[in-house]
Amino acid sequence: MCGIVGLYLKNDDFQSQLGKMFRPMLLEMSSRGPDSAGVAIYRNPVIDGQTKFSLAHSDSAFPWKTLEIDFAATHQCAVSIQKVGTHCILITEAEEETFVEWLKNSEHKIQIVGSGQSIEIFKEVGLPEKVYELFELKEASGTHIIGHTRMATESAVTTAGSHPFATGSDLCLVHNGSLSNHNILRRNLEHEGIQFQTENDTEVAGAYLTWKLRSGASLRQALEDGISEIDGFYTFCIGTQNGFAVVRDPIACKHAVLAETDDWVAMATEFRAIAHLPNAVNAEIWEPEPSTIYIWGEE
Amino acid sequence: MGGGIIKILDLNNIGVRGVNSVLHNFSEEGEENFEIHNPHGKHSIACGLDAHLFVEIKGHVGFYCGGMNKSANITVNGHAGVGLAENMMSGKVRVIGNASESAGATAHGGLLVIEGNASSRCGISMKGVDIVVGGSVGHMSGFMGQSGNLVICGDAGNALGDSIYESKIFVRGEVAGLGADCIEKEMTSGLQAKLANLIETSGIKADPNEFRHYGSARKLYNFDIDNADYY
Repeated sequence: MCGIVGLYLKNDDFQSQLGKMFRPMLLEMSSRGPDSAGVAIYRNPVIDGQTKFSLAHSDSAFPWKTLEIDFAATHQCAVSIQKVGTHCILITEAEEETFVEWLKNSEHKIQIVGSGQSIEIFKEVGLPEKVYELFELKEASGTHIIGHTRMATESAVTTAGSHPFATGSDLCLVHNGSLSNHNILRRNLEHEGIQFQTENDTEVAGAYLTWKLRSGASLRQALEDGISEIDGFYTFCIGTQNGFAVVRDPIACKHAVLAETDDWVAMATEFRAIAHLPNAVNAEIWEPEPSTIYIWGEE
Repeated sequence: MGGGIIKILDLNNIGVRGVNSVLHNFSEEGEENFEIHNPHGKHSIACGLDAHLFVEIKGHVGFYCGGMNKSANITVNGHAGVGLAENMMSGKVRVIGNASESAGATAHGGLLVIEGNASSRCGISMKGVDIVVGGSVGHMSGFMGQSGNLVICGDAGNALGDSIYESKIFVRGEVAGLGADCIEKEMTSGLQAKLANLIETSGIKADPNEFRHYGSARKLYNFDIDNADYY
């Protein structure tokens, strides 16, 4: 099972309504994934030289402000913190690697769920409606948004095991299906210096794309290589800072539907998730073909 | 459309169970007209209809629409999700837009018309239904088809008619690849006439002379050690 949904705006006038438009999309997929839910939203890009981190902590009362003070004390580098539900969005001018290393060695037990210039990731166990409310997403503005409702099959029901998985700057991936060669791919990618946070198969697919993009591949090229190297059942929805992509495995037995109007592109596991978008009734609607890469925004 | 007034069933008000229970409440002789409003991609709309009803669905439907249909004439004014008209026994189902995978799966009879494209596995394990697709079909269409006719006015994806029994497949455009034991066969005058009749009944515009006929080579019917690679 699992439900995946994505919404990419072609018309900027809708940006202020992104969270409102996406809410019924995610909630409609609750029956496919009641264990946990997650959302990656692309909004409020930071300026060059800054990095935006999405951080999570198992203690909902964790005092995020201490992070601001601790880091500033040791690095003479400002960080700004905004608490959102059980997560926080942290913006810093420090080098990304420096901050990640510092966080790993700190005693705070904080999990990095996403990083980049635009991406913000929020994911938590529980029903999608609860998760959406917790992270105040209904009022959110942004350019594109990707979500996942999870019925766990390959690993535990935890925040860390929830989708979306972000493994590189501004890249995130949601997955419906199960991969069969993720262990060997994980080992190979670890040799390439990619770090993993979970045993989850989907994280490997995200990491694979990150590795390809870091090596200079375009998103399309990375996905083309992924079709030949990632084995298993999958429908992926992928976000990058300016791009939105959908791809299915060569057998294509994991449901997917795409819909497009002049104003937006939407993908979902089932059309009922798309049905409530403005003008959905007049959208062009089709089932994405196997081994075919659909990309909007950047190539 | 049959005679008489059109009754409107609004899914926003009575939900899928409400709509289907109204439609089930007719004997086989009943003949009524219905419009279903606000389908919003919901599943199992107008399933298991026994009576001679005319049902028009105003919008896009989810999975299994028109499943197990017997006698009713159902039109979807939009896109249809997975398993459209699955296991239909008789009657007609028509989709104005595209259909997702496994349209007409295991259907025993009746006529399914998809004016747009069908996706993968169209007519999988079909058992007597006639399917006419105005556009193209995806991979594995006609898989293990036992009886009935699959007419494709556009192109067909990979592995067309894999492990086919006695269904007949007619394709006007390109075939990306044939499945195991599916071959091109002679278009006899009898088949040509049957195809012309099906196309005319479907209301889709296509010249019956432009189609090729595909069917079973009948090499997989009995175990043969030389065919071990196919199994």
